[in-house]
Amino acid sequence: MRVQVSCFASLSGFTPPDGRMELDTGSTPRDIIRKLGISENDVKIIFVNGQNAHADARLSDNDRVGLFPAIGGG
Amino acid sequence: MARLLRINTRTKKAVFEDQSGDYSGLGGRALTSRLVRREVPPTCHPLSAANKLVVAAGLLTGTAAANTGRISVGGKSPLTGTIKESNSGGTFAQKLAKLDITGFVLEDKPDPKAPHQTIFITKDGVDFLELPEIAGLGTYEASAKLFERFGQKAGIMVIGPAGENSRLASAIMFTDPKGNPSRAAGRGGLGALMGSKKIKAIVIDAQGGPGQSIADKEAFKAASKRWAEILINHPVTGQGLPGYGTSILINIINEAGALPTKNFRSGRFDQAAQISGEKMVEIINQRAGIAREGCHAGCVIQCSQKYCDENGTYLTSGFEYETVWAFGSNLLISDMDQIAMLDRLCDDLGLDTIETGTTLAMAMEGGIIPWGDGQAAIDLLKRVYDPADYLGVIIANGTAYTADALGVDRVPVVKKQSIPAYDPRAAKGVGVTYATSSMGADHTAGYAICQNILKVGGDIDPLGKQGNVETSKNLQIATAAVDSTGFCLFVAFAVLDTQDALEVIARLISSKFGITFTVDDIGRTGMEILRDEYSFNRDAGFTSVHDQLPDFFINEELPPHNGKWDFSLEELQKAKVES
Repeated sequence: MRVQVSCFASLSGFTPPDGRMELDTGSTPRDIIRKLGISENDVKIIFVNGQNAHADARLSDNDRVGLFPAIGGG
Repeated sequence: MARLLRINTRTKKAVFEDQSGDYSGLGGRALTSRLVRREVPPTCHPLSAANKLVVAAGLLTGTAAANTGRISVGGKSPLTGTIKESNSGGTFAQKLAKLDITGFVLEDKPDPKAPHQTIFITKDGVDFLELPEIAGLGTYEASAKLFERFGQKAGIMVIGPAGENSRLASAIMFTDPKGNPSRAAGRGGLGALMGSKKIKAIVIDAQGGPGQSIADKEAFKAASKRWAEILINHPVTGQGLPGYGTSILINIINEAGALPTKNFRSGRFDQAAQISGEKMVEIINQRAGIAREGCHAGCVIQCSQKYCDENGTYLTSGFEYETVWAFGSNLLISDMDQIAMLDRLCDDLGLDTIETGTTLAMAMEGGIIPWGDGQAAIDLLKRVYDPADYLGVIIANGTAYTADALGVDRVPVVKKQSIPAYDPRAAKGVGVTYATSSMGADHTAGYAICQNILKVGGDIDPLGKQGNVETSKNLQIATAAVDSTGFCLFVAFAVLDTQDALEVIARLISSKFGITFTVDDIGRTGMEILRDEYSFNRDAGFTSVHDQLPDFFINEELPPHNGKWDFSLEELQKAKVES
């Protein structure tokens, strides 16, 4: 399956080329984090389709995944 | 003994008094709101002689504790008619504290035809000066002339043409450590209140002042050390904010589907990457700007910056997420330089950037300028410089006023103050704050974005109802307390996640004053402040029906999550401390 992946702020350099990844069925955000070579401790917030998600959530074809470090502002 | 300075703007008499009785032991927002509650008639016209402008440093301002240099400005808001505390950075608060002045009050008002005055405060006293050379000027040129006259060590609070003419969206600007008037007590039109008192600027020179005394120096030093560690060790205050500034939020709020786009029609902006914090830092670095700066001495968070134009010339600083949103996705503008110019113009005119961004959206709704046309927005805003330009007059009076003038019915305000940069349908905790805050719509009053989206201090579903009323209420209490200390509100990111942080704050206050101040006292302080504020609003005529969001949030779904605002008046009342 193909999912859309974006990494932000200090992780932005890990965004895959063209922002997409080909993954096995049943893959999770944790699988993406490992494949991209990001340290798991550096990921504080995971969004799947605009909602907070667990690192072990099961992804579906065409999901939109966002990975963020700790962020604040306002 | 802490001192309060009363300045009568009609008679030009200034009197120091001991800060005693009802005002004893109060700083920042606790002092401004208590004084307004006790001394300003709630039903008075905000521009009348009965209203007062109160300026106060926090309890810890002027000490070596990190991030304690913020200032509170209060009064009855010309924009909302409610009580108001607007909070700013800049160098002014620490200079007040160095002169051992907790706060000052501008009282009464001169004849409307009287020329504007400048007040000069030093260790030797208070002078009134008439300076025709700064009359009508923007804050950049005015403060440059004031530094020339009073020296580079001065701190300045100043209004621009908007405030001089008492426009409802006016801000009070404060100079930062570089001398730029880019820090704003922005919300609630307090610049109009200062203008009504015929005060163009207040200049403070603290040289030779006694400074703040510390009752238990050793205990204070130890608590200060731990306090700085807490801020530096937390990933948000130690890394995220210093690295990218507050615009780091653009991408995550967009990803969460809560970035208000085209006047709150969508929660996603397809050009978000162009206006993101990452993009801002890239531009700053290309142009030899500065990506991290503090708004006051002793700040370890450093979320400000120096943003230069394409020729490498300084354009603006204090260029915040809220501002980038207000002129960016809110108006469908994706050119960072145009957004920076709109920020610069607001600082120079002395206008609140949030209120002005949402006002320009009303101009776009009303067909005055096209959506997404940044140059048209810049040209329209420049008309505010001319006090005789009637379209400029309308624009400078804010969102609700402009919507009324143009017959627009999609008006994102609560109590006439505009809703900021998080759509309440996709971040319901902060929506509860917008609806119920004593200030009108205000994200800082109870920043539930922490729990809704950032996973700081908890994890509450932003799209559901559960837990959002309680979260907003607790944050509103804690925020009121923080606003009385002089702390920058951003310390909350670290405090919410650090076990001993509240205890350290209590130790800082205890050791500074030689009292026993506990963690429970922090919460009690917050509740007392809110009681003063809510009871003022009640006596000014505000009831529970005013504590609700505009209809379109209730009736329209927000893409991409397609949620609606669904809190009843009864549910929302539970977010308020009983007054």
